[in-house]
Amino acid sequence: MAAPLSVEVEFGGGAELLFDGVKKHQVTLPRQEEPWDIRNLLVWIKKNLLKERPELFIQGDSVRPGILVLINDADWELLGELDYQLQDQDSVLFISTLHGG
Amino acid sequence: MPAPPCTSCHAARAALRRPRSGQALCGACFCSAFEAEVLHTVLAGRLLPPGAVVAVGASGGKDSTVLAHVLRGLAPRLGISLQLVAVDEGIGGYRDAALAAVRRQAARWELPLTVVAYEDLFGGWTMDAVARSTAGSGRSRSCCTFCGVLRRRALEEGARRVGATHIVTGHNADDMAETVLMNFLRGDTGRLARGGGLGSPGEGGALPRCRPLQFASQKEVVLYAHFRRLDYFSEECVYAPEAFRGHARDLLKRLEAARPSAVLDLVHSAERLALAASARPPRPGACSRCGALASRALCQACALLDGLNRGRPRLAIGKGRRGLDEQATPGTPGDPAQTPTPKAVPTF
Repeated sequence: MAAPLSVEVEFGGGAELLFDGVKKHQVTLPRQEEPWDIRNLLVWIKKNLLKERPELFIQGDSVRPGILVLINDADWELLGELDYQLQDQDSVLFISTLHGG
Repeated sequence: MPAPPCTSCHAARAALRRPRSGQALCGACFCSAFEAEVLHTVLAGRLLPPGAVVAVGASGGKDSTVLAHVLRGLAPRLGISLQLVAVDEGIGGYRDAALAAVRRQAARWELPLTVVAYEDLFGGWTMDAVARSTAGSGRSRSCCTFCGVLRRRALEEGARRVGATHIVTGHNADDMAETVLMNFLRGDTGRLARGGGLGSPGEGGALPRCRPLQFASQKEVVLYAHFRRLDYFSEECVYAPEAFRGHARDLLKRLEAARPSAVLDLVHSAERLALAASARPPRPGACSRCGALASRALCQACALLDGLNRGRPRLAIGKGRRGLDEQATPGTPGDPAQTPTPKAVPTF
């Protein structure tokens, strides 16, 4: 049983183009049965924030390879990736690396 | 579960784990390690000697932004000076925005910036014009094939204009690995043989080139830019979806997900290949038209432009270059050895 959570979801490196060009989103995740982990957050983002071409952001139940995920400025690899349990006031940043340099 | 502590400073929480060593580092320690590695690449390879005037290929993108920022920090230690050189391929809507980013960077870093345009160098041919010319040729347009060759030439020209002694580009490990895959997939053994190592020493009058970021994975380049709060341009070129490199990139990303060291391992493998005697490329000579390094009578740039100007854009693409008259009269429009006269705007 998850309480409602207030989190900041941010997009960078070009990923913001899939979200109307808006980089920072302050979101409130509602109370629900399942816990709010990154897996469920992605489902929520796909349903509520993603404006176009979901295949450029999400692949299966995770992010497309080449999209980095930082939770409170730390690589999600250190925090359990999709299984990380979100806490109130967490900040999740998705940076796309999929473009020329 | 919070992140483990940084294994370097033991003070802050770790922000990432380095792909090769698995070492957990905080943002600040990671950035220091990244910079130290670039310094090591340059020093160990004797890439940029003291006194070098280094032209940095600057596109406004993540790699060249990180490259310029790191080299600027290392410049006093290395005793080098930096010049930013940006190439304007003439891609409407994309390159203008990217150049605006480069100009902002040049101002912020207080580095001189020179912009060279295809339109001026190549007799009026912008990439948009090349794309129109190569459209409808059956398979994918291959305008990216032109761009790769012409950009190299444009960068060389820009570097000469500013009196550079060396050229650096921001190619990272992922770029190198993608190139290895592409060369394998195209059967381009000549490029496979030449592609490894630390860059080109500069044969046939060309300036020496190197890639100080070539051992840095793309992910780490992006993370460095993030932790150093660097502003870069992150849109994809409008023609990129048509480029063959996209296939290599997709494959590489999937491979990396299964085996994170695959990127660097691929580059490693390619460097250690020995070609069969029959596959070794001929010793390069000089282009009969412009004098640049060439393995045939015409260098790639002249051959490609020749094809464009004759309305046969696919003439110089692919192996064999069948039908190419390599004794074609110099002085025809688009001859890069000529000073461009009133714009030879292509008509189709």
